[in-house]
Amino acid sequence: MPKQELERNENVIPGEWHVRYKYSVGKVAGKFFDGLKQKKILATYCSNCKLSFLPPRAYCERSFEPCDSWIEAGLEGVIEAATIVTAEFENLPKPPYAIAYVRLDGVSTAMINFVRGLDLSNVERAAERLTPGTRVQVLFKDAPEGRITDFHYILPPA
Amino acid sequence: MPKHRVAVIGVGETVFKTKIDDKTYVELAQDAAKAALDDAGLTPTDIDAIVFSMAPTQFMGVNDVDKWAVDSIWASGKPFMRVHTGGATGGSALHAGYAHVASGMYRTVLVVGADRVTETRDAQHILNLIWDPFYEQDFALNTVTMTALSTQRYMHKYGTTEEQYARVVVRSRKNALKNPYAHLKGNITVEDVMNSPRMSWPYKLFDICPRSAGAAALVLANQEVTKERCSRPAFINGIGGTTSTVFMGDRVGPRTDAELSDEAEFVSAGKEAYADAAITNPIKQIQVVELYDPFSSVQFPQLESLGFCKRGEAQNLSDEGAFDMGGLLTVNPSGGTLCSNPIGVTGLVRVADAALQVMGKAGEGQVAGVQNALATAIGGSVQFVNCTILGADHV
Repeated sequence: MPKQELERNENVIPGEWHVRYKYSVGKVAGKFFDGLKQKKILATYCSNCKLSFLPPRAYCERSFEPCDSWIEAGLEGVIEAATIVTAEFENLPKPPYAIAYVRLDGVSTAMINFVRGLDLSNVERAAERLTPGTRVQVLFKDAPEGRITDFHYILPPA
Repeated sequence: MPKHRVAVIGVGETVFKTKIDDKTYVELAQDAAKAALDDAGLTPTDIDAIVFSMAPTQFMGVNDVDKWAVDSIWASGKPFMRVHTGGATGGSALHAGYAHVASGMYRTVLVVGADRVTETRDAQHILNLIWDPFYEQDFALNTVTMTALSTQRYMHKYGTTEEQYARVVVRSRKNALKNPYAHLKGNITVEDVMNSPRMSWPYKLFDICPRSAGAAALVLANQEVTKERCSRPAFINGIGGTTSTVFMGDRVGPRTDAELSDEAEFVSAGKEAYADAAITNPIKQIQVVELYDPFSSVQFPQLESLGFCKRGEAQNLSDEGAFDMGGLLTVNPSGGTLCSNPIGVTGLVRVADAALQVMGKAGEGQVAGVQNALATAIGGSVQFVNCTILGADHV
């Protein structure tokens, strides 16, 4: 144990929380996750505003009307924001890794996911390859399970 | 317009540091409450109602800790509420206290809270859990990575350099030298910031606030009590706030109505507060701002959205010294959130430090001739924002 932690432990009472949950998925997210199992990314669409949403919403948040149809998002899109994480955080993946908000073709909003397959050994150089406007592709797992982690983004092969 | 004018007549802050081992959480809150009451010359019986400022309690580890704090802050027998809007909590709590007095419901309100962010080992573990478990939590979002994302976007738009953010850190730590309560302080260089370990592009360690323990409290009063008790109050002349979707991905692209990288929510929140306070030219009428800035990149878009300069200009004004102590606009004379971040009260500390400037009580860090000061707070996925304008005179 590091010295700093030993000192701290002299006059404290330790505690831990263990709490378990089962999150209800509902109809809208349920349809989205069923789509993932077929390697499709499904967005909800509001014909009133001509806005399409990922993650999908039951209601359009501009018109306050129910989203009235589903559309299939393109499996390519554009980076809107990205970062390369080099710090280690508790309960989060081992660094380094890259994450990005990507707006898939045909969709008004962007969805976050990992960008994999990029050499992150030089952070500055890797960051230059993830600037907003860069095109990326969706890559699905071989056997999707109906979870958001069924896919990630990759830079198109050179 | 409010029915009753509201003023800050008492301010209490504790020191902010990593660990405060000689007190429990509730004793810390009590220290701030006592200090604010003493500053106002009031006793607990003079207070009509209490607003408790506290964000996620998982950092300090007692679920909904406000109930434990009741006795320590002399709330028994009085109306009490806790306000929680993440990092914006302190500003929102202040606004709730303001509404209590402005409506005529209460004459005096104590707004108080405390936090101990390092009671748990990694605050970012808890902050990751504020995202939904369906779509976003799996992708390592936390407050460091979420603002790194919007900062990368801002830099791409306006050509901002990492060195320009480093200068903000240098200025903040220097200002904090004159604030006896500040957590991080000192004379550091741009190179020190640039050489600190990389965390999440473009952030280095020194671009990021510390995790602090500490407490703050404010006594708010109506005009009648203010007249009796306080010769130099800070009038709350304007408040404004708004809320955005949790999804940051909705705030990018051609169809967005609030651009993520610009912290565009501050445009409407600022307008609302300026209208109340009769501010028509912020850079001329406001001398001091206490911005909520847990990261070095949070000041520029905020200053631009609040109308102090045009989009993309804040970085150059910062380089030229316009935001230094006694400059065109003094930004965070306290050192700001970059130097102290007790999350549950940080927004309240912004208002407290702005009020001290207006009341002429900011000690060594006092800026001369402060007529108006602005305090801000931000919470959630940069989705709750609020502004408070304090004035030496009432509008």
